[in-house]
Formats: sequence, structure tokens, C-alpha cells
Amino acid sequence: MLEIKNLVKRYGHSEPVLKGLDLKVEGNSVVSIVGASGAGKSTMLRCINRLVEPTSGSITLNGVELVHLKGAELRLARRKIGMVFQGFNLLDRLTVMENVLAGRLGYVNLFQAISRRYPQEDIDRAFHLMERVGIAHYANKRADELSGGERQRVGVVRALMQEPDVLLADEPTASLDPRTSEQIMVLLQSLASELSLPVLINIHNVAQAKTYTERIVGLRHGKMIFDGEPAAFNKDALDEIYGGIEAPDGDITAEPAASETTHDAH
Amino acid sequence: MTPIESSAPRRWKKPPFIANPLVRYGILIVAAAYLIWAFGSLPFNWARISEGVPRAARIFSGGFPPNFDRFELLLTGFKESFQIAILATLLGVLLSIPFAVMAARNIAPMPIYLVGRAIIIVSRSFHPVIVAILFVAAVGFGPLAGILTLTLYSIGFVGKLLAEEIEEIDWGQVEAMRASGAGYLATLFYAVFPQILPRQIGLSMYQLDSNLRASAVVGIVGAGGIGGTLMNAFGRYDYDFAFAILLVIIAVILLSEGISGWVRKKIW
Repeated sequence: MLEIKNLVKRYGHSEPVLKGLDLKVEGNSVVSIVGASGAGKSTMLRCINRLVEPTSGSITLNGVELVHLKGAELRLARRKIGMVFQGFNLLDRLTVMENVLAGRLGYVNLFQAISRRYPQEDIDRAFHLMERVGIAHYANKRADELSGGERQRVGVVRALMQEPDVLLADEPTASLDPRTSEQIMVLLQSLASELSLPVLINIHNVAQAKTYTERIVGLRHGKMIFDGEPAAFNKDALDEIYGGIEAPDGDITAEPAASETTHDAH
Repeated sequence: MTPIESSAPRRWKKPPFIANPLVRYGILIVAAAYLIWAFGSLPFNWARISEGVPRAARIFSGGFPPNFDRFELLLTGFKESFQIAILATLLGVLLSIPFAVMAARNIAPMPIYLVGRAIIIVSRSFHPVIVAILFVAAVGFGPLAGILTLTLYSIGFVGKLLAEEIEEIDWGQVEAMRASGAGYLATLFYAVFPQILPRQIGLSMYQLDSNLRASAVVGIVGAGGIGGTLMNAFGRYDYDFAFAILLVIIAVILLSEGISGWVRKKIW
């Protein structure tokens, strides 16, 4: 269970980006976080795995307080938090397999890491997950030779290699074309239930958020102004979140054509 | 859109680099005045120069035809130069990696960064010849002084450029490794080193090339190698042998430049 209490993040002396957020995510629910650029979505996600240092507040994952962890303890906590990035953030010059195994770097020692002598279980798990998302045949290809959708699958598998207790996805589909991005959303949705893993997804596309997630959290100016089921996310909520800032990427009335894209990978 | 009217043509001139005409012409006048003064005040001894021209002609004509009789001496000198250059490049390039990591602002904490920068600045501040003079005084004549000199030279050059390369890496990869709970060294080996590898290989090739040239120069002040052989040949007025050495140096440099250019093109 992930619980955020009164989270505040302020850069320097400017106005806080996050102004006392509270959020509780349990079980294997898929939560999408929507909001305009600058609303604090990314900052919130990055506070959880401490890529950004929270100014104050509390974040607990399965009872462990994350905010004040340092050094080795922080690394131990981080390996239980998988993250998928907008720009994939793959190790471009390394192979797909090396990228996937890099998800185990929090578990193996330095010698194993440098010599690529990962335990057999890790290699089995890597092949299993790569087969699940349909990239196993790329194992020895360089990561930068793959297409966008394939690269994001590598990113997802890398995060899952950590055997995480929670998966964070920071705009995982924003660099992808519409169809590929729906495939990735389907994949995240089905993996969450298969591995009974809570997933937090920052997303711009409101239509996708409504289709593929079971809970929507709306941020504006660092405050949560919506928290509920997709069905409750109506025009008013949309206006409240995006109103006067910018047009949302997806039209709220348009449901994505899911028929063609639900069969992901393979 | 309305068609373009053919009225009076509008004129355009590239704006001058310095907008203020007073400053613009002032700088030109000052520069010209300085040049005239500098040439006028430096002690050129025209009598000595006119005397020296025929002497230079005699030296050059003494160099013809180049004399390859003492081929073995030439070979020994070159062998030593190669050894100095290769060993110094290997040592320098290997040592430059930790110093470059220390001197990269994005991955080193402030105190370490300052130490790393200081080491690189110090090893870059003197020309190899000056460093060679110091090392010859410290460890005596011979190749060891040459190796130490060029190692230091390589650390300074490769370390600086590598540090700049590290500062420009794609930071997302580092974030991804940190997010997965990887330690500092694992992050270096997975997210940083692969990104700077092509540059590192290119720099090493360039440095080998450059050390080969420099090893001939530092030999002149007693740090071993072909430079020493060349100096001795001049000292004994063996201009034909000296000329032969110069020709071979040119050939070797051309060759190494060709090879290093080819290798650098092969990696990207």
C-alpha cells in the first residue's frame, strides 16, 4: 500500500509545486493522474522514489517511510519501486537484455553487474517477462535499434524486473503514436492485474485515462481537485482541471477504439 | 496574398560585428599601431639574419641526400619512442577516466569536483617540454621521464574532454538506474561509461597520435626516444642523418594520423 500524506515540494523560495497532497493507493488498482503541464504530476511521482526531494510530508510504502531514507536504505527502498519514463530512458548502447537485467542492479553486487554474471533466476525472469510483452527475440539487439513501442516495453520489463511493490509511469505514452500508446496502456493495465501490482500513471490523454484505469486523480496547481472513478470524471471535472490553462490532449467524449488494440504484444 | 510591388528596392547589409563605429575603427587603429610598434621595437639583428641565411642553406644542403646508413640507431630510437607513446597513452587514458569522473559537475560532489578540476588544470598548465625538463631532473635521463611526462599530458587532455563529455550525457539513463536502486558505481558502469565510450576510444586514438609527436619533442630535452637521437645527430653535425630522422618522423606521423582517422570513423 502506498500512502502519501500532506506532501509539499517547493523549489527554492518560489511557490510550492505540490501543496499538501494526500493519496492512498491499495491493492492492484491502476490510478491515472491527470493535470495540465506544471500541475505537479511528475514532481509527485518523482517524490515517491526520491528522484525529487520532497520538502515536507510523508510517503509510506507498505509501512516504510520513504521521505527521510538515505544511502543504502534509500537504494533498498527504490528497488521496490519500479518506474517507467516518458523518454524510455533506456541504456541506448547496451543490448535489450542488458537493459532488462539492469532492473536487478539493486539486488546484484558490483562484480556481477560489471561482468554481466546475473543469477540464473534473474535471467529466467527476464526471458519470461520479455516473452510476456513480445520482445524476447530482441534480447541481443541494441536498445536504440528498437521502435518506440518496443523501447517502452523494454522500459516496462526493466521496471518489473525489480519485483516492485508499486509501479510508477511518468507519461509512459507521450512519446508514442496513438495506437502504440494504447497498446502500452493495455499492457500496463493487464500487467497490474496479473502481478497484482498498484500502478500510478501520469497521463495527458484524458480519454485513455478513462478507458484504461479504474481511478482518476486530477491535479491543478499542486492540489488534488478530483479523485474518483472514470465514470464520475465529467465535463465539469475536466474544466476544473484544465480550464483556463490549456486544451486537454484528448477529447473527453471520444473513447479510444479499443477493439483493435486490446490484444497487445505477441 | 497580394503580388510583390516593384517599388524602390529595399536595401540590406549584414550588421557590423561591433555596432559602434568609433569602437569598431578604434580597435582597428589600435591593433595596427601595436603591430608597427612591436615590429619596430623588437631587436631584429638584420646583419645576423643575413649571415644566417647562407648558414641555413648550408645545413639544409648538408642534409641532402638523407643518410640512412645508421638505420639501426634510427630503429632503436623509434622503438623507444613508440614504447614511450604507447605506454603513456595506456596509462594516461586509464587514469584519465577516474579524474574525468571526479571533474564532471553532474556526477561528482562539490569537493571532489574541485579536486578533479584542480588535477586536470595542473596537468594541462605546462607544455610537455617543460614537464619533461622537470621529470628528467627528477628521475634522470631516459624513457621513464618521457613516459611520466606524456602520461601527465594525456591525463590533462583526455581527462578534460572526457569530463565535458560526461557533463553532456543523457541524464535520463542515470535517473533510470538510480530509480531501480542501483549504487553509484553500478550507475557509472551502466548509464555513464557506455555513453562516453565512443568518445573515449576516439580520444585515445587521437592521444596516441599526439603522444607519438610529443615523444619526439620531449626526447630533445633528454626524456628518451627518437628526439634524443635527433639531438645527437644535430650536435655532431650529421645533418644528413638528422634529415633522415625527420623524414621518418613525418612518415610515421602521417601513418598514425591515417590509422587513427580510420578508427575514429569506424566507431560512432
